[in-house]
Amino acid sequence: MDIVVCVSQTPDTTTKIQVGEDGKNIDSTGVKFILNPYDEFAVEEGLKLREAHGGEITLLCVGDDSAKENIRLGLAMGADKAILVKDEAKADSFSVASQLADVLKESNLDIVLLGRQSIDYDSAQMGPTLAELLGRPCVSFVTSLEIDGTSVKAERDIEGGKEVVETSLPCVITAQKGLNEPRYPKLPDIMKAKKKPIEEREGTSPAARVETLSLNKPEQKSGGTVLDGTPEGIKELVRLLREEAKVI
Amino acid sequence: MPITNPDYYDINALLNEEERMVGETVRAFVEEEILPIIEEHYQAGTFPIEIVKRCGELGIFGTTIPEEYGGGGMNSITYGLINRELERGDSGIRSLVSVQSSLVMYPIWQYASEDLKREWLPKLASGDAIGCFGLTEPDFGSNPGGMITTAQETDSGYVLNGAKMWITNGTLADIAVVWAKLDGVVRGFLVEKGRPGFSAPEMKNKHSLRASVTSELVLQDCEIPKTHIFPEIKGLRGPFSCLNQARYGISWGAIGAAMACYDSSVEYATSRIQFDGPIARFQLVQNKLVWMLNEITKAQLLSYRLGRMKDQGTWRPQQVSMAKRNNVWMALECARIARDIHGANGILSEYPIMRHQANLESVKTYEGTHDIHTLIIGNDITGIPAFTGN
Repeated sequence: MDIVVCVSQTPDTTTKIQVGEDGKNIDSTGVKFILNPYDEFAVEEGLKLREAHGGEITLLCVGDDSAKENIRLGLAMGADKAILVKDEAKADSFSVASQLADVLKESNLDIVLLGRQSIDYDSAQMGPTLAELLGRPCVSFVTSLEIDGTSVKAERDIEGGKEVVETSLPCVITAQKGLNEPRYPKLPDIMKAKKKPIEEREGTSPAARVETLSLNKPEQKSGGTVLDGTPEGIKELVRLLREEAKVI
Repeated sequence: MPITNPDYYDINALLNEEERMVGETVRAFVEEEILPIIEEHYQAGTFPIEIVKRCGELGIFGTTIPEEYGGGGMNSITYGLINRELERGDSGIRSLVSVQSSLVMYPIWQYASEDLKREWLPKLASGDAIGCFGLTEPDFGSNPGGMITTAQETDSGYVLNGAKMWITNGTLADIAVVWAKLDGVVRGFLVEKGRPGFSAPEMKNKHSLRASVTSELVLQDCEIPKTHIFPEIKGLRGPFSCLNQARYGISWGAIGAAMACYDSSVEYATSRIQFDGPIARFQLVQNKLVWMLNEITKAQLLSYRLGRMKDQGTWRPQQVSMAKRNNVWMALECARIARDIHGANGILSEYPIMRHQANLESVKTYEGTHDIHTLIIGNDITGIPAFTGN
């Protein structure tokens, strides 16, 4: 089975995000980047598919040199090789998706796996856009995946329940939390990942179709109201719950 | 934003990609698989045995042993980072790895016959076998050269007699590295579990390292085959070479324990309200936090530099003594100061402070006491050995 996992890197979940000077990008100074956590589910699912069906896993990433460390993490988890399409601009989701598609059009892939979204910009467009560009079916937010021959059965999260769908290979799957438990890389595999190839290709940096006008931090919440435990304070609390919060 | 997980002098920038990735992987493992269970085991005085297999699966044992024997073929910085992350969890878990890697796999790799290497190293690396190291005796701690455990050569091998004490993992061990005197000279032997005359009762009622097994080894006319001696190495140089490996790892481990105490203190000081504000606004509290960060940073630099010298082959045992002595001392002081910052809460198992503090009391003493390391460095300065007091 020819498995492709698209990965990206995102700021560490504990990062305190600052907006950059241009007001349109984050200030990445001192920010630690990690493998997008949803992409870890995609890598793990790729490993499980290879264990069950054999084949090879290629990681595919659009990004700059700094992405290599996180690509290595995917290789340490067990992927066989990687392709890094060099594009520092990453103008918008469509621009990235079309560069992914450019690479994948030439391959005989069976399945493309991605995280359901990256945890920084949250657009959740990559999987569906890529599938459209490749002319392949897409199942998003998948929590369980079964493949038998070319038949694909997937469970996906929907509001308040699960939906079970069927499609066929080749297809694009986006991974939701719960699909699997990503493994830690074994320490010797971290060393071996150094020897696995990361092929670098020049990106084409297609123009953006959506322009970011500004990034804004949420407004600071004002401090709450502290009421004391006197009978008056409790009366006031009840009044506020009734009239302001309207919860009782 | 408060500084936690401190790397004040950006030592991270001196690490390569693999070193960083190993540290982060072990950190995630400790957070997800050790921290959630460790307090319960500590309170109950039980060892989380399932961790042995997990460490084996992740490749945590024998990282500096060549791959052809099942080891990781990694450098000493990597080994150090593993120790730091494990002891951020608990000194007992780090002790498991110190003993398995530095005190059992290292001497087998260095000193045992090729057959025994091939037989034991892969099993020890995978966690399918546990090892222990028998040097200290009830009456010979800081003075191992005075040991009274003996080996006598027979037609078919050797007969061992004596008793060892304070042996981490002794009761669990499938294989023991035992040091004993043959014709008055210290030699190393391998004793498998189940040899007649060999037993390893557990030492109970500890107030420290409660999530770790500590044992006696009893050797009563215990016969082992001729192949089970380390053929070449003679004298205390053998056990000391292993201890240097382990002490180096401990110098990193202690930093992990100190970082855990520091992180908890920063978190506590910035959230604990007294006199209508966080206690972090008090000068006396800030002084404590600064002391901890300052000492942790110095300790990180010591161990980092020592690791690079170790890999270059330019380190000296006296330098290992300085790192072990300084870093464990500062970690124990950090734990005590952290307990002060946490006030009464510092004694509860909700916080890791008291567990680290109690553990570090042992770490300060084992693998060469603080004072013995002082004398090693004193001897290095003056050329005058002050060990025997004579």
